Amino acid sequence: MALAKLKSDATEARLVGVTLPEGAAWSNAARADALARVRQMGLPTKRDEYWKYTNPSELTAAEAPKAAVFDAGEVPLFDAVDRLKIVFVDGVFDTDASDELTGEGVEIERLADAMAADIHWAKELYGVLETRGQTPVERPLAALNTALATDGVVIRATGKVAKPIHLVYLHKDETSDAVLHNLVKVETGAEVTLLENGPAAARFSGCLEVEVADGGSFHHVRAQGRDHERRTVTHCFARVGAESSFKSFTLTVNGVMTRNECVLEIIGDDAIAHVAGVCVGDGNDFHHDDTVFITHDALNGESRQVFKKVLRNGATGVFQGKILVKEGAQKTDGYQISQSLLLDDDAQFLAKPELEIYADDVACSHGSTSGAIDETALFYLRSRGVPQYDARNLLTLSFMAEALDEIADPSLAEELRDRLEGWLARRS
Amino acid sequence: MLEIKGLKVKLEDEDKQILKGLDLTVETGKVHAIMGPNGSGKSTLSYVLSGKDGYEVTDGSAELEGEDLLDMEPEERAAAGLFLAFQYPVEIPGVGNMTFLRTAVNAQRKARGEEELSAGDFLKEVRAKAKDLKIDADMLKRPVNVGFSGGEKKRNEILQMAMLSPKMCILDETDSGLDVDAMKLVADGVNALRSEGRSFLVITHYQRLLDHIKPDVVHIMADGRIVKTGGPELALEVENNGYSDILAEVS
Repeated sequence: MALAKLKSDATEARLVGVTLPEGAAWSNAARADALARVRQMGLPTKRDEYWKYTNPSELTAAEAPKAAVFDAGEVPLFDAVDRLKIVFVDGVFDTDASDELTGEGVEIERLADAMAADIHWAKELYGVLETRGQTPVERPLAALNTALATDGVVIRATGKVAKPIHLVYLHKDETSDAVLHNLVKVETGAEVTLLENGPAAARFSGCLEVEVADGGSFHHVRAQGRDHERRTVTHCFARVGAESSFKSFTLTVNGVMTRNECVLEIIGDDAIAHVAGVCVGDGNDFHHDDTVFITHDALNGESRQVFKKVLRNGATGVFQGKILVKEGAQKTDGYQISQSLLLDDDAQFLAKPELEIYADDVACSHGSTSGAIDETALFYLRSRGVPQYDARNLLTLSFMAEALDEIADPSLAEELRDRLEGWLARRS
Repeated sequence: MLEIKGLKVKLEDEDKQILKGLDLTVETGKVHAIMGPNGSGKSTLSYVLSGKDGYEVTDGSAELEGEDLLDMEPEERAAAGLFLAFQYPVEIPGVGNMTFLRTAVNAQRKARGEEELSAGDFLKEVRAKAKDLKIDADMLKRPVNVGFSGGEKKRNEILQMAMLSPKMCILDETDSGLDVDAMKLVADGVNALRSEGRSFLVITHYQRLLDHIKPDVVHIMADGRIVKTGGPELALEVENNGYSDILAEVS
């Protein structure tokens, strides 16, 4: 059967019985448009070039595979942070568990409320950056999210937002299939920190669209929970203006299937955009994929991609990262590093770093490595009395340090580092 | 303190014998120096004693205060009181020097069944000792040995030695890559640690380090054995006449 037919059959199978959430006319149009784009692109298959290293079948299947609910039995992440907490249980907003949606310098609403309003700023953002992000590479699962998303929040930062906004994604139902879509609009000179953590559901699709206006600052720290069986696909689409700053860090621990896509576009001069991630995976069924696409379309932009993966017992890590420097985007400084620490011979890391440059006065560098623990450093530590397992863990943490250093707030970085230390210690 | 008898060692991966029946006894509280030409096996001896992979002991024994060293893991040897100051201290990006020191100190205390040092006590001690070695706060914060100059790396080794207070210190060509001032600083650090209960084995090519760290006994090593043992005057003889005379005399 031809690929096109296979694709359209698979896509229709996924869409059987699907009804789009209802809202104001503009939002209904945005969803209908997204659905039409899903049909036109077709859902991804493992034969798509962009899915060469990650089989999307569990993400596209009509029915979500079950995932056991995992109780980590520890204090939830970011619990000690003075923040505005917004809780979703299996993808549904939990009013009782959430703080009131008000804060200094910020407007927050549930997605459904924003989508029901006839006039709302969300119209200029919902599905808009996602649509832009469909070229030059198609991301049908993001369009599917735009069409189907049932819940989420829309955040508009108008000043320096005093407290981080913290989205907590709880997973309590082993068959849940959640689709969340969040919008963040950072107005000129405004600053906001967004924290996200938790597995969200048995299968989770998350889409985040972020517009950072000139001089704005967006800081994002995310952790994807410790559930072993969850399947997750996330998309982050961001557009950043002049002298603005975008920083996003993701920690992934466990999970059988994770695909995190980040699509960034620098449209104003002197902007910076950093995307970083750490993943730790143990076992044959662990598969983690970071796919990043950064476009420089302005002068003097700085972008960094820093990804570190620690893999053992047959775990698989994937990195597809691209820097596209458009004509005229002079003085671009692009940096990309993806590294894996393979703790045994069964783990594997697949990397596809790409640079595409149309300006002649830029500095772009990229590197990708796979390696084992440095035996010389291990001996040095042991010769000082550090037991072998502790020494290995210390070196593993040191391998991840460059990515953790991308987190601007040291106390958040320290908290994630502690969790990683715990993960390693449980496996010693 | 340290008693080595008939030690024979080959490389694990190839058929190359490096130590060929080495005998050496270092008494408690004494400073012994080992000198010898390149390739005589000096560094191998330090690695084998501290437990580095890649060597195979084919015969002989090495005991620290009566305990069989060769049967222990590197960390057990450290906890038993052995310390090797590396010729080439290893850079460890991502691990802060202070974290490294504290992890090491507490790991050894734990292995010996002692209480771990509190953060406050540790800090106080490390600051005092770092000051003596002219190691500033910045060096303590930076990742282990990363971006350190040759002299800074060696001073950092001595700081570790001071914090771990081992019984038996092996210094592997600690003078290499040091200018005169740096050597003096390192030697002062070592001399400050000399005590009745602590022994040193100083491995070096040159006599000049021994001007600063005065040895009780000097050994000449060649082709995997100790070929001559004497007092400090032996080091001067090497300095004046080179190794060839001594080697000719003993062969």
